[in-house]
Amino acid sequence: MSTLFEKIGGESAVNAAVDIFYRKVLSDDSISYFFETTDMTAQHAKQKSFLSMVFGGPNDYTGADMRKAHAPLVEKGLNESHFNAVAGHLQSTLEELNVPADLIAEVMAIAGSTKDDVLGK
Amino acid sequence: MAKITYRDHHLQTEDGESVLDTLLRNNIDAPYSCKVGVCQTCIMQCIRGDLPESSQLELKPNLREQGYFLSCQCHTENNLEIKLPNSDQLFVTASLVEKEMLSPTVVRLRLQTATPLYYHAGQFINVKRTDGLIRSYSLASLPGEDNFLELHVKHMDNGDMSRWVSESFDIGDNIEIDGPVGDCFYSSGTQDMPMLLIGSGTGLAPLIGILRDALHNNHIGPIHLYHAAFTEEELYLDAEIKSLIRNANNVHYKPLITKYMTENYVASGRSCETALVDNPDLKNWKIYLCGAPAMVKFMQQRAFLAGASMDNIHTDPFESKELRAEPRDT
Repeated sequence: MSTLFEKIGGESAVNAAVDIFYRKVLSDDSISYFFETTDMTAQHAKQKSFLSMVFGGPNDYTGADMRKAHAPLVEKGLNESHFNAVAGHLQSTLEELNVPADLIAEVMAIAGSTKDDVLGK
Repeated sequence: MAKITYRDHHLQTEDGESVLDTLLRNNIDAPYSCKVGVCQTCIMQCIRGDLPESSQLELKPNLREQGYFLSCQCHTENNLEIKLPNSDQLFVTASLVEKEMLSPTVVRLRLQTATPLYYHAGQFINVKRTDGLIRSYSLASLPGEDNFLELHVKHMDNGDMSRWVSESFDIGDNIEIDGPVGDCFYSSGTQDMPMLLIGSGTGLAPLIGILRDALHNNHIGPIHLYHAAFTEEELYLDAEIKSLIRNANNVHYKPLITKYMTENYVASGRSCETALVDNPDLKNWKIYLCGAPAMVKFMQQRAFLAGASMDNIHTDPFESKELRAEPRDT
């Protein structure tokens, strides 16, 4: 019985997905200002960790970490519509990579489970 | 809050502070320069305690294993006992063998060490004066072809090191150097990839080394070199580049003069935007961005959005120690 992470392609799936996902997020004017940073390399690494997590893989994130990391953005007005926009980009990234629908559903469920922590609810 | 022990100092970090901040706040003369984790001037060694991974990320494995870390990147809740690294472990002596003005503001230094330094063209070294002042400069020389280390130093009006270099650093004088540092160099196995080399001011130094390295490796893919300088005079290698690429059909060189651009345009990092207009699709390209931090960061994002993968974008931002009230020329 293999895990979601193994089925989806593990580390190389993360590497294939991160640039596509990060580009979509940066190109979306409704959310790009949350990603304004002087250190793209560090942010890219964070996206990798995030994808690793939602692909069911190894990561250091706890709910508390997600909450703390997004709190300053919540102050700036981060809300459900922004969360949904990012989730949408995650989904379209996986579709672009021809990931099977059932695995996409599993990934989206994990992503969805972070909503309350991300939005500080 | 963590307890930091340094020599006979017992210090407490404050919320959000790096170890470097703690040392400086307590009037301890800890070395530093860029404060953003690039130059490695602030390297220290941890004798006791657990270091956060982020404070060691940029260091080579053997240094990490010995507990070396960057104090400006060290944010921790753990108690640490730290020390300055032994100079002789990291620095070697180099002597100045050639010094020449390449333009009214750029001086070329050629240094020699007793034993050859193992480096890749485009990496940088830290140069330490006898009074302990340290600054980073990128390597323009090509190992194997040059038996010297070449640096291009721009004279900055308030630049402690660059003024000293112009006025007092003479042939035969010694200086300590450490390094090489950085991943901004030509990768073997990329001969077919189109390359985009973009430099502002003395950002040209690492790029010229990388260009020569590429040609030395029989690079077949097209190479596009852009050099942004404030004035025509400051295109300080214009003739040399043209001569170097005369017989290389795949190399295209475009100088850019920023004097004719608005200050805001340059300050926001757009001085080399034309490179993206000329080459709009950067998928599978190798990108090298060197020089003014604003330009490097702007181009990094734009190159990424134009399709270049993050791993193929190499940056060498020339972070300076003193925050400037006004942006630099380029």
